[in-house]
Amino acid sequence: MSAQLTQYLLSGLTVGAIYALVALGFSMIYNASHVINFAQGEFVMIGGMATVWFIGMGLPLPLAALAAIGAATLVGLLLEKLAVEPARNAPVVTLIIITIGASILLRGIASVIWEKKIHALPAFSGEQPIVLGSATLTPQSLWVIGVAAAVVAALWWFFNRTLAGKAMLATSHNRLAAELAGIGVRRVLLVSFGLSAALGALAGILIAPITFTSWDVGVMLGLKGFAAAILGGLGSGPGAVAGGLALGMIESLGAGYVSSAYKDVIAFLIMLAVLMFRPSGLLGRRTAERV
Amino acid sequence: MLTWLASARTGGLLALAAALAALPLALVNNYYYEVAILVGLNAIVCVGLNLLIGYAGQISLGHAGFFGIGAYGSAILAARYGWPPLAALAAAAGAAALLAFAVGRPILRLKGHYLAMATLGFGIIVSIVIATEDRMTGGPDGMSVPPLALFGYAVSGERTWYWLVSALLVAAVWLALNLIESPRGRALRALHGSEVAAEAIGIDSARHKLGAFVMSAVYAAAAGALTAHYAGFITPSKVSFQHSIELVTMVVFGGMASTFGAVIGAAILTTLPQLLTAFREYEMLVFGAVMMLTMIFMPRGFVPTLRKALASKN
Repeated sequence: MSAQLTQYLLSGLTVGAIYALVALGFSMIYNASHVINFAQGEFVMIGGMATVWFIGMGLPLPLAALAAIGAATLVGLLLEKLAVEPARNAPVVTLIIITIGASILLRGIASVIWEKKIHALPAFSGEQPIVLGSATLTPQSLWVIGVAAAVVAALWWFFNRTLAGKAMLATSHNRLAAELAGIGVRRVLLVSFGLSAALGALAGILIAPITFTSWDVGVMLGLKGFAAAILGGLGSGPGAVAGGLALGMIESLGAGYVSSAYKDVIAFLIMLAVLMFRPSGLLGRRTAERV
Repeated sequence: MLTWLASARTGGLLALAAALAALPLALVNNYYYEVAILVGLNAIVCVGLNLLIGYAGQISLGHAGFFGIGAYGSAILAARYGWPPLAALAAAAGAAALLAFAVGRPILRLKGHYLAMATLGFGIIVSIVIATEDRMTGGPDGMSVPPLALFGYAVSGERTWYWLVSALLVAAVWLALNLIESPRGRALRALHGSEVAAEAIGIDSARHKLGAFVMSAVYAAAAGALTAHYAGFITPSKVSFQHSIELVTMVVFGGMASTFGAVIGAAILTTLPQLLTAFREYEMLVFGAVMMLTMIFMPRGFVPTLRKALASKN
């Protein structure tokens, strides 16, 4: 394998891990509520920006990161309680518009608190690149890949081995049946918003030292996360991870070998092509529509 | 005669024409005219988009792409190749129709959120191509567009534009209302209710969905071309994902499956940011809050909620 190719694959893996975390958030909320939460990218923004803010107040990085995740989780819970819950019986398009309104509101608040400036977060453990054969890897990339892998493993354990996780899965399969079995489906909805906000914030903190962060960084990351969730199959956990990694690789290879201006065009074209052949994503459930 | 006047089609159309004729009394300066013209142009896009979203029940998060193809297509043909603006406009709208036909065939097989993603992807591809091909489009800085001329007469001045856009809006609404009441429109509503049931009674749902998609693309492209010629300048922001979202929001805000709702949604959401400039840095914050609160308390949109409130009073 050439050095160049290794380099592209490594950077694709890093970006892909971030997309996977955001996509997991999309899928989790979709499973609980059938809503696409367009404010998902804003959780990513809050994660990065709030960490920078708390560090500025004198907190050490780990505490600042935890506080930022806590803040984003709180925003996620409030979003569910104040906006999604009251409009529970509204048409799906209306719910989508509500979450778009929320994302504009959050961006508005962020631009007031943190101003429309670019902020930098220092790398977690230095900038000295690690040499891997003929390619190099920054320690921050290693953090991104490592933490994302740990989170995916923890989520797998949560959804397959704990009662709470199984209850959430059951609700996504059949809400009424889950309710009849004694699962508090409204709490499931609340937890899924909180959890996916925390995931988004974590992604935002991990990526901030590589790309910088600002009040509007959530728009594109949110879209990429949505694209990754669709590519992998909406509502599927392994699908979200596969979709995120695939999207990151395609982008990185497209930018390296074809054109960096057109890397997003290549990524979206491939996604459209996949949807033509697999209309419910790579690992999506093939649902037969009930008439 | 009275029932003919009271029907939604003729009565509503007359009310719209009367409102548009009376509006200049309230337009005290050119700035007000400018806002009114933008409302009219956005309303044309929304009336078309409502055919797709409100009646056929198919979402599109990429219609700014068609708007942009109309705007840039017409601008490039007129500015770089010296076409007469009207011919350029027609050619750009035709190109948008062809593209919508080609893209719509495979895309419209997708459902729900997958369709939302596919149309979103289409819109983003168009916007990146426009921002990157700077030799043709001027790139992120935008390009200037020659003024519109109709049969040798240059269209200029806010007042002339106002009457032109008003006439086009009435025509666009009239066309949409006729389509909705036609067998085609009934087919669209049937497949919105249930695609399987519609096919079972012999409706070719793929063909009708595609028809609505192409139609809405032509509305968007025509309004895009007019916007470019009116403003004399066009930038990629009009082709962005944000603009696609704004268009869908106008339709849902006004009330889906209500043509006049689409017009009212466009009017409110085009005027609101102009009013909010008084809030300075809080503009975006207030806009987001208004959008959320309206949709939470009026989940079916402005016009249907109003209609229901009036009906329950009587």
